[in-house]
Amino acid sequence: MADVLDRVSKIVVDRLGVDASEVKPEASFKEDLGADSLDVVELVMELEDEFELEISDEDAEKIATVGDVVNYINSKQ
Amino acid sequence: MLNEKSVLVTGASRGIGRAIALYFARNGAKVAVNYSGSEAKANEVVNEIKENGGTAFAIKADISSSEDVTNMVKTVVEEFGSLDVLVNNAGITRDNLLMRMKEEDWDAVINTNLKGVFLTTKAVTRQMMKQRKGRIINIASIVGVSGNAGQANYVAAKAGVIGLTKTAAKELSSRGITVNAIAPGFIETDMTGKLEEGIKSEMLRSIPLARFGQPDDIASAAAFLASDASSYITGQTLHVDGGMVM
Repeated sequence: MADVLDRVSKIVVDRLGVDASEVKPEASFKEDLGADSLDVVELVMELEDEFELEISDEDAEKIATVGDVVNYINSKQ
Repeated sequence: MLNEKSVLVTGASRGIGRAIALYFARNGAKVAVNYSGSEAKANEVVNEIKENGGTAFAIKADISSSEDVTNMVKTVVEEFGSLDVLVNNAGITRDNLLMRMKEEDWDAVINTNLKGVFLTTKAVTRQMMKQRKGRIINIASIVGVSGNAGQANYVAAKAGVIGLTKTAAKELSSRGITVNAIAPGFIETDMTGKLEEGIKSEMLRSIPLARFGQPDDIASAAAFLASDASSYITGQTLHVDGGMVM
């Protein structure tokens, strides 16, 4: 779990230019981390590469927070 | 001008697409020559590029099929290591007067000429977003701006491509990707070669520069839009038509 959160956190920090301390499970990409729709699309692309999985458009639309991502990845592994 | 840029040209076995593939290769680009039916013609284009010391390969894909398009883009990225420029050129015609146009002729033209552009654009965007750089050039048509009797399906598709160009330009601008269209007028290809002399001379009168265009007129405009020289241009439709529609 911690490992997934760390890896997700690194991508989010790189992509959105936020401080690692802001990347908490309850943080919303759009509300708290300043992401726009295209940023979220890009994040999903990078997560797919990092975790070697395919996230369907339907599932991607449900992703709102850092915790959503971690839970999704854990459920697929 | 296009040194080492990796380029995918759809419908590149004949006509304008062929001219674009050859012109880009002459200017240093690596070219993926897409075709749907004419394998032999596509191979001729590839061979001509290679004989002149360029890099190219032929790739079959029906651009109205998302599966074909996804596989094609994957192959090009694997082959070239990047994808810098997409030229959406593939297109078909099924002309008839509106009253006589069959539903399947409408669907076929919309599927290839409009949906095809959507599918290829969507497929290359992932790679270009990662690169933070990319050029998409859509070959529309001047009739997509002016309308043309007997071509309701073709005109609707080409007008759609111009709208798609503007929208993609707005969505992708923040990622360093520009999207522009070229609207060719009457270009001398197999298509216009079939027209009767009477119709041709009639058409000539509507062209201020008083001559038909050549495929290379479109290719050189496309090369400009693919080059670093055009980095401040996006969402535009460049008329290359001898002044026919202003």
